[in-house]
Amino acid sequence: MTAIFNLRFTRRRRDFLKAGAGLTLGVVLAPKLFAQGAGPGRAGGEVVQKAALEPNEMGQGTYTGLPTLVAEELDADWSQIRVEGAPADAERYNNLFWGPAQGTGGSTAVANSYEQLRKAGAAARAMLVAAAAQRWNVLADSVTVSKGVVSHKASGRKATFGELAESASKLPVPNDVKLKDAKDFVYIGKRVPRTDSRAKTNGTAQYTQDVKLPGMLTAVVLHAPRFGAKVKSFDAAKAKAIPRVADVVQIPSGVAVLAQDFWSAKQGRDALTVEWDETDAFRLSSAQIMADYRKLAEEPGLSARKDGDVEKALAAAAKTIQAEFDFPYLAHATMEPMNCVMRLDGGGCEVWNGEQFQTVDQMKVASVLGLKPEQVRLNMLFAGGSFGRRANPQSDYLVETATIVKAINGRAPVKLVWTREDDMRAGFYRPLYYHALKAGLDAQGNIVAWHHRIVGQSILTGTAFESMMVKDGVDGTSVEGASTLPYAIANLAVDLHSPKLPVPVQWWRSVGSTHNAYSTEVFVDELAAEAGKDPYSLRRALLDKHPRHKRALELAAEEAGWSRPLAKGRDGDRRGRGIAVHESFNTFVAQVAEVTVKRDGSFSVDRVVCAVDCGVAVNPDVIRAQMEGGIGYGLSAALHGAITLKDGAVEQSNFHNYAPLRINEMPVIEVHIVPSTEKPSGVGEPATPVVAPAVANALFAATGKRLRKLPFDAAELAQA
Amino acid sequence: MITLNVNGQPASIDAAPDTPLLWVLRDYLNLTGTKFGCGVALCGACTVHLDGQPTRSCVTPVSRASGKRVVTIEGLSTSEADRVSKAVLNAWNKLDVVQCGYCQSGQIMAAAALLRVKKKPTDADIDAAMTGNVCRCATYVRIRAAIKDAATALA
Repeated sequence: MTAIFNLRFTRRRRDFLKAGAGLTLGVVLAPKLFAQGAGPGRAGGEVVQKAALEPNEMGQGTYTGLPTLVAEELDADWSQIRVEGAPADAERYNNLFWGPAQGTGGSTAVANSYEQLRKAGAAARAMLVAAAAQRWNVLADSVTVSKGVVSHKASGRKATFGELAESASKLPVPNDVKLKDAKDFVYIGKRVPRTDSRAKTNGTAQYTQDVKLPGMLTAVVLHAPRFGAKVKSFDAAKAKAIPRVADVVQIPSGVAVLAQDFWSAKQGRDALTVEWDETDAFRLSSAQIMADYRKLAEEPGLSARKDGDVEKALAAAAKTIQAEFDFPYLAHATMEPMNCVMRLDGGGCEVWNGEQFQTVDQMKVASVLGLKPEQVRLNMLFAGGSFGRRANPQSDYLVETATIVKAINGRAPVKLVWTREDDMRAGFYRPLYYHALKAGLDAQGNIVAWHHRIVGQSILTGTAFESMMVKDGVDGTSVEGASTLPYAIANLAVDLHSPKLPVPVQWWRSVGSTHNAYSTEVFVDELAAEAGKDPYSLRRALLDKHPRHKRALELAAEEAGWSRPLAKGRDGDRRGRGIAVHESFNTFVAQVAEVTVKRDGSFSVDRVVCAVDCGVAVNPDVIRAQMEGGIGYGLSAALHGAITLKDGAVEQSNFHNYAPLRINEMPVIEVHIVPSTEKPSGVGEPATPVVAPAVANALFAATGKRLRKLPFDAAELAQA
Repeated sequence: MITLNVNGQPASIDAAPDTPLLWVLRDYLNLTGTKFGCGVALCGACTVHLDGQPTRSCVTPVSRASGKRVVTIEGLSTSEADRVSKAVLNAWNKLDVVQCGYCQSGQIMAAAALLRVKKKPTDADIDAAMTGNVCRCATYVRIRAAIKDAATALA
């Protein structure tokens, strides 16, 4: 016997009163903050709070953090919380940071919802209390709520949320509610178990890969070997001869083989012969792109920040230091390769996907199928990782699925499955970048000038976000972390070149910070060494105006024992310790890394001490998990990650040549959370960009070598 | 027709003998807890037990599984009598190991197989047994801790 508590963001008051078997609570985004709705609860039943959440769960703990906020103010029982993803409806499920669009990204899930969800919970609680007071004919003040039970102490009367839901729904929505004082929090700031652990450990969690519909065909696509190539002709005879292959169709992105199961479809693809028209194919190699970028960096780019007069200060400096950095293309390489299930029906189209970008996906799919966006109904499933990949501004794999559905006239539901090789070669990479930095020190070793030039493709140009986030030609995601350098340097300039190339690019966990944190934090470390100063003390002295950076830095250094010498290595192994601090998405992360380097240059990252300030720590254990995972993801890229092009073709194909971090390479990680009363900020991304510079600085401390090219080349660290 | 024993149940499948066991489990038997990650035994997401041995089902022809006991995550997680799998699942839940969760069936199958042969696995034992299982969310800190927790519970 359960009743359901539905939590909804909505702009439409009429939605609030809709409910199936329980209490439905809506949050009005505008003009007033909230209102409510309730449906009948089943008398005598248990209450299961079931929150229909807007952001997607892709591993980052959203389905735990968000309900925590509601449960706190509602005084709900955590053990009865159940969560499911919301359908697509931008009008109802709005990301406050993105305007009228629904999606998950930019580590906004908790920040977006902190007040909304608490107020919703508080409003629902007030209405349940009022309903109980009416029923028992007592004063509302004398009614208490604890762990999902409403009670009146004096008379000993008790009721569950489910028993009160129906009458509560008929009461007016309170205009104002008082939120709890932080000292009274029962759930916020405490360890609350994840809501998805059990389903993800017994094989029952449903990912897109697991969807099976009656009559469904599985599609495997042969893509062009180079970006911009097209199908000239193809021979499907052999593919069609394979048992269980149902159809072979040409689509804009290649040739799709449809079969009753994946393996037959893949065998069908292996049997295809396709001739490609490569007239417009992209044929550059990574080395050539980097050489072109290096040349471009000789000229000034568009200004992203200009403080003081850098040229003059450089000319007057006692010493100038220069450094350049190379960053490769990176694939997201989620464990679940991209996939999508789509079915046409009388009312439009239904989609099953690990959705991250509902509004964009609806528009793009609708446009392929000649539908209205609202006719595209999205079912949100667990995503087997995303790291940014599933929020694709072109909705690439959804559009591909739609083109297949269209090519077979919608006669069967289609599950598109990309193999690992398809996923790795399909593009939408973190862009390749070249950075050139120049700084001036005065006679006392103070940094008097800093010039930073960045060259790389714009992620946002040509997307729906261009008008919002590209200003005066400068894509904010190309320079974030560099143009926001926190150090007190009087003369500071950042400029940007955004060359256009047909290699598809996209945000990748922490976006611009993936490269800007590296070049800035390695270069500032280099300046400390040049000035003969301790890299921690030098940073700290320049952060007076940025107390949150400073506090995170101090906490990491304290906990890592920065002031004490590092234990020596055995058998001549060299050891080193490095530090880095960086803000992204308004979360401040500092890390101290410890490394051991062998004579041949091979090394291990032994320990990473991480301090994080993300405002109020809603769920400390989820924060720790995101720091651990974010460090692992960043370290994976630093040690191994590179997508390279040769004559326009992607050279990598699977985990043997795009190596992921494995358990034997994972450092010991200690996470320390800065106590804070600031509004909560995101934790999915901000740990990722900090680890590579911390490790590089540790490797410098151990070996005296600066690594200027990613991924790291251990051979550079070998002893002569 | 190929006959299999999956999670203690007999099954007859009309698939070509070289079809990988992974796709027979997923597409013919609807046992979707075993995941497709790389298709070439590089990531471990498809790990099942064949007569107790951790095996990459994506490169195992179904014909090779015939006559052996196949256990998937669905079988392991419902096996009430099996102390090891219970301890592993309890530890995974207690420590909230999962993030996206997609690799975790394979991780759990590999960990359970390890704990059946090593009662008190060292860090080196864990590295040796688990290095073939990739987790892109990098939940490795907790995977290691959960294996040790399960070992303690079984001691």
